[in-house]
Amino acid sequence: MFRPEAARTERNQALSLEPARLELEGVSASYDGQPALRDLTFQVPHGGQVAVVGPNGAGKSTLFKVLVGLLPLRAGQIYIHGQPLGTHQDCVAYVPQREEVDWRFPVTVFDVVMMGRYGRRGWFGRPTAADKSVVTRCLGQMGIEQLAGRPIGELSGGQQQRVFLARALAQEPHILLMDEPFTGVDFATQEATLALLDQLRPAQVTVMVSTHDLNMAIQRFDRVLLLNKRLIAYGTAQEVFTPETIRQAFGAKVLDLQGMVVVDDCCPPDEHEHEH
Amino acid sequence: MLSMVEWLVEPLMYVFMQRALLAALMVGVVCSVVGCYVVLRSMAFLGDALAHAILPGVAIAYLIHGNLTVGALIAAIVVALGIGFVSRQGVIREDTAIGILFAAALSLGVVLISSIQTYAVDLSHILFGNVLGVSTADLWLTGGLGLVVLLSVIVCYRPFLVISFDPVLAATLRLPAGLLNNLMLVLLALTIVVSLQTVGVGLVAAMLVTPAATAYLLTRRLRNMMLVSAGFGALASLVGLYISYYANVVSGAAVVLTATVFFLLAFLFAPQRGVAWKAFRK
Repeated sequence: MFRPEAARTERNQALSLEPARLELEGVSASYDGQPALRDLTFQVPHGGQVAVVGPNGAGKSTLFKVLVGLLPLRAGQIYIHGQPLGTHQDCVAYVPQREEVDWRFPVTVFDVVMMGRYGRRGWFGRPTAADKSVVTRCLGQMGIEQLAGRPIGELSGGQQQRVFLARALAQEPHILLMDEPFTGVDFATQEATLALLDQLRPAQVTVMVSTHDLNMAIQRFDRVLLLNKRLIAYGTAQEVFTPETIRQAFGAKVLDLQGMVVVDDCCPPDEHEHEH
Repeated sequence: MLSMVEWLVEPLMYVFMQRALLAALMVGVVCSVVGCYVVLRSMAFLGDALAHAILPGVAIAYLIHGNLTVGALIAAIVVALGIGFVSRQGVIREDTAIGILFAAALSLGVVLISSIQTYAVDLSHILFGNVLGVSTADLWLTGGLGLVVLLSVIVCYRPFLVISFDPVLAATLRLPAGLLNNLMLVLLALTIVVSLQTVGVGLVAAMLVTPAATAYLLTRRLRNMMLVSAGFGALASLVGLYISYYANVVSGAAVVLTATVFFLLAFLFAPQRGVAWKAFRK
């Protein structure tokens, strides 16, 4: 995969933001009337990359929906840059799970990525040349520039995922949330997503990714947030994955999983350069 | 050749036909453009319900000797916002909310109308349309309201696109989705009221859905879908009106049937998506 150094530097300059800090204090929320998150308190530092793991129904998606303001808080408070959620615009980008989108809608790949610019450049009037070049650059970053004119319904699942990643990039967010980006996608998309994480790191974009892949969480993320409706553990992979926490999060069925997780010979993510 | 021209020109000798054509064209375009959102957001039932729900407004306006169109407009907006309010509470689903409010409004309309002893032709025109009876004042009203609707759709193109395609992104970008949804409902109500004169309560839903569905099969971007849909809507109005003139049939029904023929052609032969196209490719 091609990733010219120049494009990366250019992007970093474009993203010369004040560092993002994300804080949750005693956050509780419910989904469909059921309590889904209880008393969540944690903090993500500037440019931190956090893997959110936990069993199905642990509230991972609910957490993201609360963070973008899609679900109301039942208790607690969320601060971004030290200010309550909602006082910032266009600060948080969210890549939803693919089932949540109407793929039969008549829009092209370019149209979808351009939507990421709407919040920034106003809702009326024509997109500027600058918007178009941002869109083109984000398409290129995800390796889908040749798909720009295609209707999104004709793409493969992995390509659709990359369209939504490109749109999130076009939003130039301070905080990027991805819901299960590694589930059910092809190898190229998985690699493109991981490469994107590497590019976001020097740009100090705070990233939270929910995943079922515990090895991925250990190898590729600075921090892991282990969730099962409440916060089980939060910290580096070594701190988080202990036999007790895993049992607390996943219940009895983990014992065979445990051997796989606890084998702890992984190297720091930065030394893991991906060249293809 | 000359006879063809004569055939086309002859109806235009009559002023009422000139007005009818103009009204039908405007309604065809406005309905078809707004109809794109109706099709994409699965609001066909809502559109049909709104059309029937205006009946009490018309009846009340008739009783107090007010303007029937204004009465229809008020009723449509009240019902549209009522449906929006009830379904936003999350207690019942939207289609249930529509079913309840629409039936209630329709019943209220029937009760009111049956209490009017001298109920005149005007009301049946509301039900079935009477494009041949369009007055100059009606034409101005149709043109004015139609223009408002089209301009709103153009100005709000991006917000409407986002709330329709991806409500999650809309929330992330802090779009006032509730307000925009209500605005869309009001535009839909305006469109329906404007259309009553040509196609009537019973057939408005067809004009909202059929040209837009035809365009959906032939295009891949919302903007093109709206343009193509407007073209089909206008063409169906034109052709339908000529058919109604020469075959002496009800004009609204002729317009809807023409639009349906266009849809069937697209359904069968649309590149890539048409049923016959797919069968042929195999």
